[in-house]
Order: sequence, then C-alpha cells, then structure tokens
Amino acid sequence: MDVRVQAEPFKAGAEVEAFTAGASGAGAVVSFTGIVRDDSGRMAEMLIEHYPGMTERALQKIATEAKARWSLADVLVIHRFGALFPGEQIMMVATAARHRKDAFEAAEYLMDYLKSRAPFWKQERGPDGESWVDAKDADEEALDRW
Amino acid sequence: MIDVLYFAWVRERIGVPRERLETTAATVADLIEELRNREERYALAFSDLSALRVAVDQDLAEFDAPLDGVREVAFFPPMTGG
Repeated sequence: MDVRVQAEPFKAGAEVEAFTAGASGAGAVVSFTGIVRDDSGRMAEMLIEHYPGMTERALQKIATEAKARWSLADVLVIHRFGALFPGEQIMMVATAARHRKDAFEAAEYLMDYLKSRAPFWKQERGPDGESWVDAKDADEEALDRW
Repeated sequence: MIDVLYFAWVRERIGVPRERLETTAATVADLIEELRNREERYALAFSDLSALRVAVDQDLAEFDAPLDGVREVAFFPPMTGG
C-alpha cells in the first residue's frame, strides 16, 4: 500500500507501470487519474489546500478499509496539493487484484471516499477572482452505496 | 491549551490558519460558542454550522465531540478532493 501527498507532478502512466510490476500474482489492475478541468474556460489555475498530517492519515484509513473489504494485492493513492494548471494530473488511484471486480469496485470506493472524506479543498483562480469549489450533494450521497 | 486550525474559506474569514487557545470548553460546540462571543469574525465564520465540518485530533468528528485531552481541533468546509 502506497499513499502519497505531494506538490510535485507525477506521471500516471509510469506509476501504473511500476505499480503493475510490483503487484505480483494480480490478474487485474484498475487505475483512475483525475485531471484539472476548466469548465468556465476562464480558470488560470486551481489551488488545492490540504490539512498536512490529517490528509495522510485519512487516505491511509480509506486505503486500509478498501484492503479490508476487497481482496486486493496492492493499493496506490497519489494526491497533489498547491497550484495546478488546467489539464494537469491532480490525483490518481490504482488497485491490483486477482480478479477485475475487486479492482474496479475498490477503485470506485477509494474515489468516492477520497472526494468527501480526505481534507482537500479546491479553489479556482482566474481573471474573475478566486472562488472555493462547493462540495456536491451527489458526492456525499455516493457514499451511501458502500 | 488547544491548537485550533482553520482551512479554506473558514481560514479566510477568521484571518489566521491556526491559533493556540486557552479554553474551558467541554465540547466542540462549547468551543464554537466561546469563539462566536469573542469577535465578529468568528461569529461570521461559524454562522452556519451545516456548512462546516470539524476534525478532532485529525479525525472527522461531530459537534458534540468532547475536548477532554484533545490537542488539536480543525474547522473547515465540506471537503472537495479528487
């Protein structure tokens, strides 16, 4: 299990390759990569604030829970903080399992929990000023299915 | 003494990222009441608790969580990771 919270960029492709190579015995690897999206077309950058200490703790807890619920060979979570430009990779999760169902479900679980239980806050910055991104009710409701 | 941390717009409204406070509050809710009575900026930040989340010693908690033995309390809006 590998949980990383970092300001530096990462390369999702290379991460998946290394993760796959390390997950011996796995028959399935699922990965998700989140990209900074600019819906308004006017965003200069996205600032990600986090709670150092609690962030790592919360992500470890979510990853540990996923390992307890599904039969997983390994779990990887990377989440960046700081100023990011539209199009940059912001975070990724990868799961390795014997069978694809475990890998898919665990990856979705990690994403659902990471969105509303890990202490990150997004702020969009552009010529119109700065605005904090509101949490969506749908993100909270997504936890109900687990 | 207790460390109180603020994040995102809560931090902006209060004006500092963290502060060390002397308090006799028994619960998170008591601490909020104490802060509200202290200055207008706290009253503003804590005006709508449904828009706030709290962590006690770096674990998400409820507003009625006890503060006995707690070292760190953090207030922030609902999280928007991913």
